[in-house]
Amino acid sequence: MRIGVFVCHCGTNIGGTVDSHQVAEEAKQFPHVAYSTDYLYTCSEPGQQEIQQAIKEHNLDGVVVAACSPIMHENTFRRTIERAGLNRYMFEMANIREHCSWIGEDKEANTRKAIELVRMAVAKVANNVHLHPSYFDVNKRVLVIGAGVAGMQAALDCAEGGLDVVLVEKKSSIGGRMAQLDKTFPTVDCSICILGPKMVDVGQHDKIKLYTYSEIEDISGYVGNYTVKIRRKATYVDWAKCTGCGLCMEKCPSKKAFDYHNEGVAYTTAINIPFPQAIPKKARIDPKYCRQFTKGKCGVCAKVCPVGAINYEMEDEIITEEVGAIIVATGYGLMNIEELGEYGAGRYPDVITGIQYERLLNASGPTQGHIVRPSDGEEPKRIVFISCAGSRDLSLGRPYCSNFCCMYIAKQAILTRDHIPNSDVYVFYIDIRAPGKGYEEFVRRAQEEYGAQYIRGRVSRVYPRGRHMIVKGVDTLLGTQVEVDADLVVLATAATCAPGAEELAEKLRISYDGYGFYIESHPKLRPVETNTSGIFLAGACQGPKDIPASVGQGSAAASKVLALFSKDKLESDPQIAQVDESRCIGCLKCAETCPFGAIEERELRDGRIVARVIETVCQGCGLCTATCPPGAIQLQQFTDNQIIAEVEALCQAWKERSSG
Amino acid sequence: MSGVEGKELRVVGFLCNWCSYGGADTAGVSRFKQPTDLRIIRVPCSGRVDPLLVVKAFMSGADGVLVSGCHPRDCHYAEGNFYARRRLEVLKRFLPFMGVEPGRFEYTWVSASEGARWQKVVTNFTEQIHNLGPLHHFGEGDGSGGDR
Repeated sequence: MRIGVFVCHCGTNIGGTVDSHQVAEEAKQFPHVAYSTDYLYTCSEPGQQEIQQAIKEHNLDGVVVAACSPIMHENTFRRTIERAGLNRYMFEMANIREHCSWIGEDKEANTRKAIELVRMAVAKVANNVHLHPSYFDVNKRVLVIGAGVAGMQAALDCAEGGLDVVLVEKKSSIGGRMAQLDKTFPTVDCSICILGPKMVDVGQHDKIKLYTYSEIEDISGYVGNYTVKIRRKATYVDWAKCTGCGLCMEKCPSKKAFDYHNEGVAYTTAINIPFPQAIPKKARIDPKYCRQFTKGKCGVCAKVCPVGAINYEMEDEIITEEVGAIIVATGYGLMNIEELGEYGAGRYPDVITGIQYERLLNASGPTQGHIVRPSDGEEPKRIVFISCAGSRDLSLGRPYCSNFCCMYIAKQAILTRDHIPNSDVYVFYIDIRAPGKGYEEFVRRAQEEYGAQYIRGRVSRVYPRGRHMIVKGVDTLLGTQVEVDADLVVLATAATCAPGAEELAEKLRISYDGYGFYIESHPKLRPVETNTSGIFLAGACQGPKDIPASVGQGSAAASKVLALFSKDKLESDPQIAQVDESRCIGCLKCAETCPFGAIEERELRDGRIVARVIETVCQGCGLCTATCPPGAIQLQQFTDNQIIAEVEALCQAWKERSSG
Repeated sequence: MSGVEGKELRVVGFLCNWCSYGGADTAGVSRFKQPTDLRIIRVPCSGRVDPLLVVKAFMSGADGVLVSGCHPRDCHYAEGNFYARRRLEVLKRFLPFMGVEPGRFEYTWVSASEGARWQKVVTNFTEQIHNLGPLHHFGEGDGSGGDR
């Protein structure tokens, strides 16, 4: 075999702490190496051309590039060698940047390590075989999970692009967080006025199949061919009949149900439509509060419903949908403010969250837009906002910035002074983060035009004194203690992952970080893709995001799906398991361990039973390979021989080093 | 025999492609300094790591072997790391019978976002191997490693 080795300097990224030239020189000694060189930027156009030229000139049939992580550029170089006529799988990367030059400063040790990493890659490629993809049909339908502004945008863009969309929303109405907001920064335009028409578009689009009050039960399959089980939770109202007239809500005697849409600042009825602009505008019964369910008798709604839509016997329904790609847009949750004991949140009614305050400001909220104190219903005259309530706090395990709080506090400060012109507004902040378009100007407006008093410093305690709340903090710019006598305290609580984010990630087989936010393929260059092909991310499920960023990502995810579906057939990855029938003893232990059911029994003509891999179902994990007693089933590109060759090459290098 | 004195020992790491390999990349991108002893072999899943591969590494001259995969319940392949956990735990208990101190082998879970955790894992494990010193190779030692 004739292998070419190309060692990259990556400018000084590698070259600074690894002697790339020496690595290339040493590589010439390795078995099968016919050509070896170093280059300043191997991934650049001339760098790739040099590889192609060397393949032709030196008649190479295997290539090793020693550069960055294969997660970054394996595909780049596979395409490079393919253009030069080689099989794309006759290629390996030695990661001498992320795993070598960037983690140690000792040039000698790094160079030695790089040489050994190259040696391992050479040994592996010497054991590579030509692999060829096969092709399979794509189901050009897309599932969007979550119908907040990001999910709705993604669904609309896909639908406009001609795809059939299945949109699944947990709540009984679409709209998400944005539907709860009163105004949006930095333009102070009415949230529902811009969202409402979009919601109507989604609700009426003939390409969008909407499942609200539904959750994902199970997902199986692979890119192009996913099977999704959706649980339609029982609403106890036949939505085919319900007209959304609201008569049931008027008559329902159970008026103390928790109001999710109003974040608990008001009560609602046990049978309810969450808000006037809801889509679909249909009622649902909350069995936790409904007297028919809790006490066994009532039936008022059934009696008053003019169309006879109430059905107390309704049960959850499981629906199966087939799709080819999935966009996840499940949004964010909010931290439980009771974790913030020092602010008295949860203990004192006049300490509320930003989103609760938003509901008080909202004309369709419980107070018709009048700001009142939850404790006595009076208009507050002095309002204190506390930013970073839980965010950027290592002690609470949330070191990250929640992204949009600085801005919504500025907005709420402005709105407060609009609603109650003679009020005093204080904002305690640590830093103001306003990097968006028009954001900094907006914060400045809150301070200069609306007279919000910004105090730089943390609040240590909030406690009641008489009918007021005392906010005790520090002004770090003045270097003094501050005490504000407040009527109402608003906390900018930390954004968290959506409730149930981890469970959904496990169903989707995508990764999440330590906080439950989903991990994108690359933080900069592949921000809406996941490492599971065919699954894309949009909006705050990937990290706290404001509306413009969520909408942008929704469209980006949709464009990825449209690009994916622009082909009629998709290539299957040939890096899957393969059975050597002559060695297979038919024990089918592989089939038992396979998480995907990708292995089936097959009878040969002589009656012998062997295992067979279903090509499109196999995901290439190699569990079967590690299980198989005679080693008959081998994961291509990661066979026993290939891994052992790497181990042996490494150990050989060590042996030579210690003896030499 | 510590890394500080400049002498490297021989440490092999088998890392799953999705979480730990990504975690090691994250550590690199973040420039988290680490001992240079470890050489990483990329595998698709920690469940791909046949315990015999670990044994092979020890037999061929490794002083320490580390396997790292995705956190339980966060596996790209749904349950690969559960298989890994079962197999590798058995291996860990079996190694002393081969004359390999159990401290020479570890399996850990590091996600792609946990660069700092990876730095800690590598540093601690390398230090642990340095404390144990080079492994007496099969046929060389007295085979009493199992007592530790």
